Amino acid sequence: MVNNNKPLKSTRDGFGEAMLELGKKNQDIVVISADLAESTRVHHFAKRYPSRFVEVGVAEQNMMGVAAGLAIEGKIPFATSFGAFNPGRNWDQLRVSVCYSNANVKIIGSHTGLSVGPDGASHQALEDIAITRPLPNLVVLAPADYKETKLATIAAAKHHGPVYIRFSRQASEIFTKGKFTIGQAQILLAGPDVTIVGYGPILNEALIATRELAKKKIKVEVINSPSIKPLDEKTILKSAKKTGRVITIEDHQVIGGLGSAIAELLAEKMPTPMRMIGVRDQFGESGQAEQLWEKYQMTHPYIIKAVLELIKK
Amino acid sequence: MAKLSVGELKTTANTIRQDIIKMLYQAGSGHSGGSLGMTDIMTVLYFNILKHTPHQPNNIYRDRLVLSNGHVCPVLYATLARAGYFPLAKLKTLRKINSALQGHPHRNSLPGIETSSGPLGQGISQAVGMAMAAAMNKKNHHIFCITSDGEHDEGQVWEAIMTAHKYKLNNLINIVDYNGIQIDGPTKYIMPLQSLRHKYESFNWHVLEMDGHNIKEIIRTINKAKKMKKPTAIIAHTILGKGVSFMENQYIWHGLAPNQEQKDRAIKELQNGK
Repeated sequence: MVNNNKPLKSTRDGFGEAMLELGKKNQDIVVISADLAESTRVHHFAKRYPSRFVEVGVAEQNMMGVAAGLAIEGKIPFATSFGAFNPGRNWDQLRVSVCYSNANVKIIGSHTGLSVGPDGASHQALEDIAITRPLPNLVVLAPADYKETKLATIAAAKHHGPVYIRFSRQASEIFTKGKFTIGQAQILLAGPDVTIVGYGPILNEALIATRELAKKKIKVEVINSPSIKPLDEKTILKSAKKTGRVITIEDHQVIGGLGSAIAELLAEKMPTPMRMIGVRDQFGESGQAEQLWEKYQMTHPYIIKAVLELIKK
Repeated sequence: MAKLSVGELKTTANTIRQDIIKMLYQAGSGHSGGSLGMTDIMTVLYFNILKHTPHQPNNIYRDRLVLSNGHVCPVLYATLARAGYFPLAKLKTLRKINSALQGHPHRNSLPGIETSSGPLGQGISQAVGMAMAAAMNKKNHHIFCITSDGEHDEGQVWEAIMTAHKYKLNNLINIVDYNGIQIDGPTKYIMPLQSLRHKYESFNWHVLEMDGHNIKEIIRTINKAKKMKKPTAIIAHTILGKGVSFMENQYIWHGLAPNQEQKDRAIKELQNGK
């Protein structure tokens, strides 16, 4: 499981590499940038495939519309920027130009979550899952590490229809198992006592918490749920049935995120005691990723606390 | 499609205006003014200018028409029906439950609808994307976008205009429905546009102007625009509610449908005006 000696790699680099692979394999792949090509790691694609790289400048609304137009004509456009702006700034364009037409656009939100760090609250997308999840036709993905981001990007290109992919800036642990299918969660660790479901690099905190809890003879089941919509209901319900306790963790607002999605599922199909770890109706601030996760009570000690609370119940 | 003559276009436009009045009366809501104001231009486009095959709406060689100001869709629906894209009988289902004729256009509901629209400013960006795709694919069809003057309040429109210049999209023609009226009143009070010509020119577009109700001039101007080596804006001077005297230039008719008495009066006027 967690190996601290492994080199860290960022999810955004996984994305950048996947785009190079996709660009080579498929002539219909087009990348659109809104003046953040280096940050989102599409500068590699831009250099290699300049005729299929579109730079629209700092204009995310137009970017989404241009992407819709390209998709309508058979291209597979990846509209790329920070999650705070894409889909943060162009949600109406996402809703009507893309989702309503079921246009085959891939929306890329990098630099999401508190983990953006020093740039501060204005740039920390903490609401992107909440605003994309309710849009019909849209698939919402949030891979956990470098490897999974690469796979998720390739899967998104193969899927016909709009897909939003969120990922992060910072280098992080690689802990996924190297398989990715839209609509499928993966059980990273099996255990009978408590289920923890999460996505993104912060899921590593759940793995650390699990090691600590093992010392107390508490066996946690950790589920990586990168496919937020469609949700892998089967895997989650099965686990909830087994453990009877569910904790969610995400670098996103608790309101409207994966925790909400799972609460919606369990409330209807299998009411189960839950705890949700995430940002609680606050803006973030500047700081290092780990400092922010700590300050906003999302690190492994808080996960352990939530597990112990649920077990006492 | 075979091109209609100027006389035939005038007759067809009159018929389409009557369709619009009837549709909106049956719907009980919708946008009369802009639909009537754009009828002559839409008639010329679909019956004289566009390369298109209504029985094969997805023919890859067709010219594309993107209606950005989706609220004037009654004129698009009536024109498409008259051109043979779908049965005329469908027109009376406008805005009704289970209809393909949504209150604002939906790409996946009806043949001939290139994009979904309604929220203003989005069509021109999509037209830019479609024009880019045509250039990438080395296809020589044209992308026509219809926008309204009030729609130019949206910043997205100017983002798209900049992009069209940057990518030298000379296959893109934006026809601006310049009737000087938006939903809450005259554009000069809501948000002055000043010289739209100068704005477009300073964004490096070519600009043409035309009387949006003079059939010959519309044909001449659009054909000229097709030959331009730059993205071209055609500022179409139009009259909101054109053809129905009590609607002309009255901003309340921007977003209003006629009642029975108004419908009867409008149809009578149009029949006499043939």
